[in-house]
Amino acid sequence: MELERFLFLTVDGLARGAVLAVFALSLVLIWRAARIINFSQGAIAMAATYLAFVVTSATGNYWLGLVAALLGGAAIGFVVERGVMRYVSSVNPLNSVIAALGVLLVIQAIIGMLFGNGYHPMQVPFSQSPLPWLAGLSISAYDLFVFACVGFVVIGLAVLFGKTNVGLRMRAAAFSPELARLLGVRSNRMITLGWMLASALSALAALLVVPTELGLNPHSTDAVFVYAFTIAVVGGLDSAPGAVVGGLVVGVLLSWVSGYLGATLSPVAVLVLLLAVLLIKPGGIFSVTKERTA
Amino acid sequence: MSSRTTLIVGLVGLVAVIGLTFVLDPYRNYQLATIAAYLCVVAGLTMLTGVNGQLSLGHAALAACGAYCYAFTANGLAEQEVTGPVLLILPILAAVAGAAVLGLIVGLAAARLHGPYLAGVTLALVLALPAITSRFSDVFNGDQGLYISVERRPEFLAGRGGTEMFQAWVAIACAALVVILLRNLMKGNFGRQMRAVRDNEVAAAIAGVNVARTKVIAFTVSSAAAGAGGAVLAFMTQSASPGAFSLVFSLFLLMAAVIGGIGTLYGALWGSILLVVLPDAIGSLTKSLSLSPEVAQRLDGNLAVGLFGAIMVLVVIVAPLGIQGLLRKGRLKMQSRGTPQSVPVPK
Repeated sequence: MELERFLFLTVDGLARGAVLAVFALSLVLIWRAARIINFSQGAIAMAATYLAFVVTSATGNYWLGLVAALLGGAAIGFVVERGVMRYVSSVNPLNSVIAALGVLLVIQAIIGMLFGNGYHPMQVPFSQSPLPWLAGLSISAYDLFVFACVGFVVIGLAVLFGKTNVGLRMRAAAFSPELARLLGVRSNRMITLGWMLASALSALAALLVVPTELGLNPHSTDAVFVYAFTIAVVGGLDSAPGAVVGGLVVGVLLSWVSGYLGATLSPVAVLVLLLAVLLIKPGGIFSVTKERTA
Repeated sequence: MSSRTTLIVGLVGLVAVIGLTFVLDPYRNYQLATIAAYLCVVAGLTMLTGVNGQLSLGHAALAACGAYCYAFTANGLAEQEVTGPVLLILPILAAVAGAAVLGLIVGLAAARLHGPYLAGVTLALVLALPAITSRFSDVFNGDQGLYISVERRPEFLAGRGGTEMFQAWVAIACAALVVILLRNLMKGNFGRQMRAVRDNEVAAAIAGVNVARTKVIAFTVSSAAAGAGGAVLAFMTQSASPGAFSLVFSLFLLMAAVIGGIGTLYGALWGSILLVVLPDAIGSLTKSLSLSPEVAQRLDGNLAVGLFGAIMVLVVIVAPLGIQGLLRKGRLKMQSRGTPQSVPVPK
């Protein structure tokens, strides 16, 4: 009985952690592209999830909603980068944080005005009850779907950045925008592309995680953002593998804390973990290079 | 501005505001008290973020710490049947001390962190607050919060003004004390050290400034100011609950500091006024439009939040020094027009 509960919590934590890892990856993407921690990422993902909700309710098709969320997320990311973040002076690093918080308030207000502040229940394409042929492990079909999505994203990103021309350009623009421009890379365009990609990823993560919680609400991604931020920091903001491993570790940890000590304590656990990691290794566990200051 | 003009402006302002409490109706007095309470927190935040360069999204949690400390002390004293000024002053001091201790703990961690990392930690702090109050609900009474027995208005005020007038006095007194202390701190040697740390930590360290100590002290003082603000809010509402100190409240405080003009106490004042006046103005505007109840309910609150966010983005891009920066620019322009020989150099 004890073992069964432990297994259940661990698997549940892995599934949750996998989703959070995708969200953390989106934060890492923007950090690498623009040296900005995008505090409006949660709101962007939340708005894209509302889009999916509207499309799915209108057509009755989950997959159309999924596509709408990805495209909508990318579009919002485009608007936020081209419309706001590009014009924020980078002299003081606090400016971009404050501007992103402003964007967060605006998006939450617009969604609140359009849909009200109540909760909307969301459907999932697969059953959330444990599969009989995996008895004892308590993995549901939806968990498998989540793992498949996350695996697809991780491999896709690895191929994009490791094997393709666009990925190489994006890395160059992130590493040294001026030098990359001299070599014919349109750095600004690459940064915008990074934002669009990151926003689409966070939209996917939100779409996967929101139905397993209370439901859709203008604030439903607030806590998700903080968890993802913690994961990104624990893994080192520059490290994509760190985000994935960090996501799984933090997911399992949160699941154990809420399972054994009480569900309400998980934000406290996140705070303690974040403080502990930052105090012992301020660059994150997977950090290798010293962070650039420029 | 020289010290003497500041003193005169401050004194005249204080007398004028106290005079105002005799004229205003109870609702406006309550709003005035709210402005003063916000000013305590925003002034602390503007010193921490604007002068010392540490961005905190957790000042709502620090204010909440003050509010709960106030609640525990006031209820404890009321059980001992203590009345009179002690029931008012002791809880406020306890709130300041409690918030300062929490700020010291967070500040010790914050001293090692930079920019977005610190913002993330303080963000987690705000989200952890409701978790703590609902986990230990036998102490904090969960989401409902605590009821506080507060000191009533003194007897001699009975015929002259309502409870709100007394609340406004207490709030204004607290805000004045906080602002005077912070102003002296910012103008003096410590202020210079804080600015040096903000601008370049390495250079500050070479010049003999203890960087970590400066950051920790700044965070502790700022938290104490937030605690005073939280205590005043608790005194006014007679309650301390996690819902009153949410993440959005934290963002509003930062927004007030940014829009008013980050790093200046005048800016904190403009921001605090805006924080109270703007939602009120939007509320009466939507009421006058006679919308359907459903639409009105959706606009209520959300419109103000969106407007605040948009202004915050605009200020960061167009006028990074906020309202106070614009006022100062205007004044310098006026002065330089009058006496072209002596153009003051902005600091």
